[in-house]
Amino acid sequence: MSVKIMILELFKAFGNTALIFVLTLLGSIPLGLLVYFGRKSRFVLLRGFIKAYISIMRGTPLMLQLMMVFYGPSLLIPLLFPGVKFSLPSNWRFTAVIIAFVINYAAYFCEIFRAGIESIPKGQYEAADVLGLTKSQTFFRIILPQMVKRVIPPVTNEVITLVKDTSLSSAIGTVEMFTKAKQIAVAPKSPGMLTFVAAAVFYYVFNYAVAFLMERIEKKLDYYR
Amino acid sequence: MSILTMSNISKSFDGLDVLKDISFSVEKGEVVSIIGPSGSGKSTLLRCATLLETIDNGSIRYMNQYAAKENSEGKAVYSSKSELRKIKSYFGLVFQQFNLFPHYTVLKNVMEAPIVVQKRPRHEVENEAMEILRKMGLEDKADAYPWQLSGGQQQRVGIARALALKPEIIFFDEPTSALDPELTGEVLKVIRQLAEDNMTMVIVTHEMPFAKAVSDRVLFMDGGVVVEEGTPEELFDNPQTERTRQFLGNYQQ
Repeated sequence: MSVKIMILELFKAFGNTALIFVLTLLGSIPLGLLVYFGRKSRFVLLRGFIKAYISIMRGTPLMLQLMMVFYGPSLLIPLLFPGVKFSLPSNWRFTAVIIAFVINYAAYFCEIFRAGIESIPKGQYEAADVLGLTKSQTFFRIILPQMVKRVIPPVTNEVITLVKDTSLSSAIGTVEMFTKAKQIAVAPKSPGMLTFVAAAVFYYVFNYAVAFLMERIEKKLDYYR
Repeated sequence: MSILTMSNISKSFDGLDVLKDISFSVEKGEVVSIIGPSGSGKSTLLRCATLLETIDNGSIRYMNQYAAKENSEGKAVYSSKSELRKIKSYFGLVFQQFNLFPHYTVLKNVMEAPIVVQKRPRHEVENEAMEILRKMGLEDKADAYPWQLSGGQQQRVGIARALALKPEIIFFDEPTSALDPELTGEVLKVIRQLAEDNMTMVIVTHEMPFAKAVSDRVLFMDGGVVVEEGTPEELFDNPQTERTRQFLGNYQQ
């Protein structure tokens, strides 16, 4: 295999890497906010459940969570409902990756959002209250925009980690760039080590772009303090 | 007509009585100053009046509408959320720490509540907001963000923001305590101007000469009770209690 074809192959597989990345962010950021509301809920049971969920997500390896989501249905359903026939969707492998990544990252985002929201002075809530804003108006108009600015640095950290974490999905055989690189590198007459270097360059350039974009957003929000 | 009537207010924080059976009312057009040492309960009284804190006993009424009413056991029972929201439109509050919205321009800080809460048309609100800012000497700061302003300017925006809702009464919680003497002067000037316009106001302050000059009535609070109450002349020039004399003495040295 020529170097050119190797790079082309990696690039094709990179499409899946980018897709995992984008779908995870699209799912986990809103879910993280939702989880935050649950964590602050006045219902003790919901609060307890959310805390346990966050604790488990942060306390166990993402790769293991990935396995549990992917193999879970085929291992559990026959056990729980013997005789029931079921079939998983054809794209279950990819779906499982997205589910596992979204619920894992939502836990981290929830905690980042919580830190951001709780750092906003009480006076902001009081000013909004006296002006007659409702709780949801206060949250969406006053608190959330200020929270976004405050959490950009930790969110950038998470997003960069996610780019690299996409490679974990190779553990269940999802074909993304990392899986592809492994396959190519060990194949006979491949560019070998150069394949890993090329994959590293892909990840690095992607993350460089992500960091650049986040910095731009941070600068954009610099108009107030 | 009284704008605000607070009757037999009691409040405690973790068993510590902060307000002890206080009754207090403000007439339309009246300027009332509340003075007293730190921890005397004057800020808490203001926070209860503005519904930021809840009272344990007693009643709070704005004009004819009760925010909190005593039940048969004397416990305060608050009105429904929608009634409280209506009542909140009767008063404004100016904070010691300004509490402007940092992500909004000066103009948007002033316009936010009239548009979002009172649902008034934007162009009408904008004209009024600019008029208020002009009065506050801030017309050239309309597009600035709070961090670009001095403390005195920020506090004047705070006052403009409260005025924009056309409240019946404005409360000031130590409006100049975060400011240096020069900036204090410009804020006090604005408050004095409001007094001349017959705005009903309650001012918690440590600025004694100002309180004396601007008020129709002064309350001296200590230990959760109103120790003495009277016209500025009565209270400052001829205090009746030893505690008041002692407190004012600290300022006259």
